[in-house]
Order: sequence, then C-alpha cells, then structure tokens
Amino acid sequence: MIKTIVMQHIMCCPKALKICKGDDKTMSNKSNNLYRFLVAQGDDAIILSHRLSEWCSNAPYLEEDLALTNVALDYLGRARLFYQYAAELKGGDETEDSIAYTRDERQYTNLLIHELPINDFAYTLLRQYFLDVFYVEYMTGLCQSSDQRIAAIAGKSVKESRYHLKRSQPWITQLAEGTEESRRRILDALTELESFVGELFEMPEWEQQLVTDGIAFDRQLIREKWDHQVQALLSASDINILDSQLKIGGGREGIHTEFLGHLLSEMQYLQRAYPGLKW
Amino acid sequence: MRNTDEHALQAEFDRRVAAEEKIEPTDWMPDDYRKNLIRQMSQHAHSEIIGMQPEGNWITRAPSLRRKAILLAKVQDEGGHGLYLYSATETLGITRSEMIEALQTRKAKYASIFNYPTLTWADIGAVGWLVDGAAIVNQIALQRTSYGPYARAMIRICKEESFHQRQGYELMLEMAKGSPQQKQMAQDALNRFWWPSLMMFGPHDGDSAHSSKSMQWKIKRESNDTLRQRFIDQTVPQIEVLGLEMPDPEIKWNETRGHYDSGEINWDEFYKVINGNGPCNHQRIKHHVKAHQDGEWVREAVRAYRAKQARKKDERAA
Ligand SMILES: [Fe+2]
Ligand SMILES: [Fe+2]
Repeated sequence: MIKTIVMQHIMCCPKALKICKGDDKTMSNKSNNLYRFLVAQGDDAIILSHRLSEWCSNAPYLEEDLALTNVALDYLGRARLFYQYAAELKGGDETEDSIAYTRDERQYTNLLIHELPINDFAYTLLRQYFLDVFYVEYMTGLCQSSDQRIAAIAGKSVKESRYHLKRSQPWITQLAEGTEESRRRILDALTELESFVGELFEMPEWEQQLVTDGIAFDRQLIREKWDHQVQALLSASDINILDSQLKIGGGREGIHTEFLGHLLSEMQYLQRAYPGLKW
Repeated sequence: MRNTDEHALQAEFDRRVAAEEKIEPTDWMPDDYRKNLIRQMSQHAHSEIIGMQPEGNWITRAPSLRRKAILLAKVQDEGGHGLYLYSATETLGITRSEMIEALQTRKAKYASIFNYPTLTWADIGAVGWLVDGAAIVNQIALQRTSYGPYARAMIRICKEESFHQRQGYELMLEMAKGSPQQKQMAQDALNRFWWPSLMMFGPHDGDSAHSSKSMQWKIKRESNDTLRQRFIDQTVPQIEVLGLEMPDPEIKWNETRGHYDSGEINWDEFYKVINGNGPCNHQRIKHHVKAHQDGEWVREAVRAYRAKQARKKDERAA
C-alpha cells in the first residue's frame, strides 16, 4: 500500500497530471467528472476486450475460443456505450473512435488489471474470474445511478457479467484441482494478479465526487463482498492467500505498465497511419 | 447370403438418393459414400477453423470499434460453423480429435484460399465479399446434398454467410469510395483475392478427382465450373458498383452465352498451394498445432478433475 502511494506521488507531478486529467475548460466541473468517468469505464472495457480477443484461434478448446471471443464482444459493446455517451457529452467532432484511437498511453485511464497480457489460460481465466465477481457487484450498484443512461449500461453489463461468471468460476476450481501443473499455473497467476486487484476498489477524487452526486457507485462498498466470495472459492480448493489491499495502482492517472503502449500501438495503427479517414 | 443383403441395401440406398430422400446417420450407406462425405465435410469444417486465422489477424487492428465488433462477431460465427460441421461429421463415425489429427498431420485439407495472407485492412473486406461470397454459392448448392446432417448444416450456416458477405462488401465500398490510399488498398485486395476465390470452386469439371462419384451420390449437386461461372456473374456487377478496375482484363459479357467470359486460372499456382506451398500453408498448420499443444495442459487438467470427481462420487456411493 505504501509503495503505491509513493509511486503515485512521484509520478503525479502537476505537469503529469495535466496530461492525464483530460480537463476541458468548456465543460462544467460536474460534467467534466462525468466525462472522465465514462471514458475511464470505456477504457477498462476496451482494453480487456482487446486482451480477450487475442485468444481468437488460440484457445485450448474450440468451445473456449468461441466463449472468450464472446466475452470480448460483450466488453467491446460496453466500451462503445460508455464512449458514445462521453462523445455526445463533449460534442464537437469527438466520436467513440476518436476516444479509442487517438489517445496515448498517458491519456488512457484504465485500471491496470485490464491491460496485463493474457499469458496463459490460467492467468486469463483467473483475471476474468476476479473481474466477473467484481463487475457483477459493481454494475449492480451502478444500476442505481441517478444518471439514467449509466444505469441502463450497467443493467446490460450486469446481465453479461453474471453469465461470464458462470463460465469463469468453474474453470478456477477445475484448474486449481486438476493436475499439478494446472494448480501451479493458477498459483503463479494468483501471485501476480493479487498485486493488481486492489486498484479495483480505489477511487480518485473526481470519482468520489460523482459518488456523492449519486452518479457513480462507491467501489469501497463491495470490497468485502468481493474478498469473501473469492476467498470462499479459492479456499474450497485449499488456496488461502489473497489480499485485496492496494498494491499497484496508477491507471486512472495514466500511469500504466509497459504492456499498454504495445497494445495501443497495435490497436491504433491504422487510425494513426492514416489520420482522419473513415473505415 | 451377405451379398444378397448388401445388394438389397445398396438398391434401397440408390433408390432413396434418386428419389431425393435424405440419408440419415443410422441408415445403411456404401463405405465409399461415407468416406467421401467424411473427406468433404471435415475439409469444410477445417476450412471454417483455419479461416479464423487470416481474419483474426486483423481483429486487434480493426480501424474502428464498429468494424472491430463486426469482425469479432464474424470470426466467432466461423468458429461456430466449424463446431457445427465437426459435430455433423461425427455422425459418420469419426471423432473430432481424429479429424484434428488428420488436419495437423496434413492428411486432411482445408480451403486453399486461407493459405493466402491478409496483408491490409482491405483484405478483410475482400475476404468477406469474395471468399464468403464464393462459399455461399457452393453452400447454397449443398443445401440439397443427399446426407441429411450436412444439408441441414448448410441451411443453418448459409443464413449467417450472407451477413458475412454483406459486411465485407460494405467495407470494400467504404474504402473504394474513400481516400486515394484506401481506394488503392481496395483495388490491391481485389486483385490479390480474385483468382484464389475462383480457385475455391476446384479444378475444371474434367479434371476433378472426386467430382463424378460425388455427383452420382448427390453429395455434390452442381459442377465446379457451373458454380464458378455463377460466382463470376454475380460478382462482376458488384466490382462495377465499387468503381474498381476488373482484376482480370479478359472479363467481358458474352451475349450468346448469357455469361461473363473470363481469363484462365493459373492452375500451376492452384496445385502448388493445394500441395502445401502457398504463402501461409506452414504458418496456418503451425499456428493450429501450437494452440493445440499449448492447450494440452488445460485439457489434461479437465480430464484429471473429472476423474477425481467421479472417484469421489463412487466413494460416496460405496
Ligand atoms: Fe462459415
Ligand atoms: Fe463466413
């Protein structure tokens, strides 16, 4: 926890903040916060979708290939809904595509867990399980948003995530209790992912303000439930170390792992090489 | 005795095929009919699966979120077609893992078109428009194939294929009407995918190794050249709408035939690619083998887990 805070303080000098805050003088403080919230939600979803889509034609079963692509599609749809709302809020010539394709690493504000590489099947599924548990709870909470449009997106998302969870959860048990190798792979994934879980429950000031305004949902409220649910599943397979305290963060401030830059350079390549064209 | 039985069964089979009745999995069928179907259907299934690679090649680089969603959904459809066709083929008494083994050891083939690379974004348009377009022409004919599960698979799959073709054409249209660079990419994609698309229909009727038997059994309903001509006739006007140049200078409307004439396919290239020497043959199989091997520990874990659960259940019962 201490480590993270230090890292954030070092990185978020005023100059750096300017890059990632995305402040727009033409928008009121409130709609500025809302805009940042929408883009951040969209970033989380698009980056995870990208990672999941990397499994296409690479999964251990054809059925899993289809399932992972399906989850990727759901998250892509989610990203588009958030970005479209953000683009309308901002007006001008901003579109879902200009948001997705023309911002750099420092302007992307996804939480880091979404951008980590797919590594192996155990890693991808454990991350997915963690996120599925999280999003079922988080999107349920977000359904209560006073912003009708956000509530509607959350309503759709919660249904999807419930379905995703039904798929990811049994995988964790099967892999944890399958062979020595599969268990080792789950444990390895856990060691790494544990460091990135805490960020899911953190909120920058502007998000806290949105919570106060009744627009965003308080991430802290679901930490305990998340801990409980995940620990129950893991301990059923005799795995008991898991700690959701913040260890590595910085995504919302545009401080990423090195992985994101490569992801974006791939994702944005055509839009960057031929700016301003319609595809 | 056995001979008389066999004769009677054969006669009944012939009668049913002649009467356009469907042959079903539990029905008696000649060995060669079964073998021929396994060859064709598994090849079809493998094509759907291997085809995910050249298109999947652009999912992470799709230039708009809308296009990305369409492409993801399309590639997922193709995987679904593969799955469905593997199941349909399994009704003939072969397992999916046997089929995959045959693919990976290069005993089974897949559509040669997927041995060509998708080099630019316009290639994704060309694949949807031309490759799915050619596949539809083939598959519509196959809706009347004599084997029931295959015919039903084709009916189901064709519904999705028309969406695939439309999105490809729409992508091409956007680029053909776009910037000069985009138009150039579209033209280049058309030029490169045109000939391989025509090759998808196979050799000329006279040179086709499996054709006559397949036609007789009504596995195949129309000849390679008939289907190829149909594809050319429907596609040339679409090229005109795009405002692109014809990929074959010999394409010309023939009033007497009521069809477009076109140039001769480079059959050397056709056989070269079929025999394993297309630009991507090695890559495609290596990719498939790698994914399969990388996933072995997962499948092993599932087997081990199920065995443990079964043991626990037995212990409880005892
Ligand atoms: Fe297909
Ligand atoms: Fe298709």
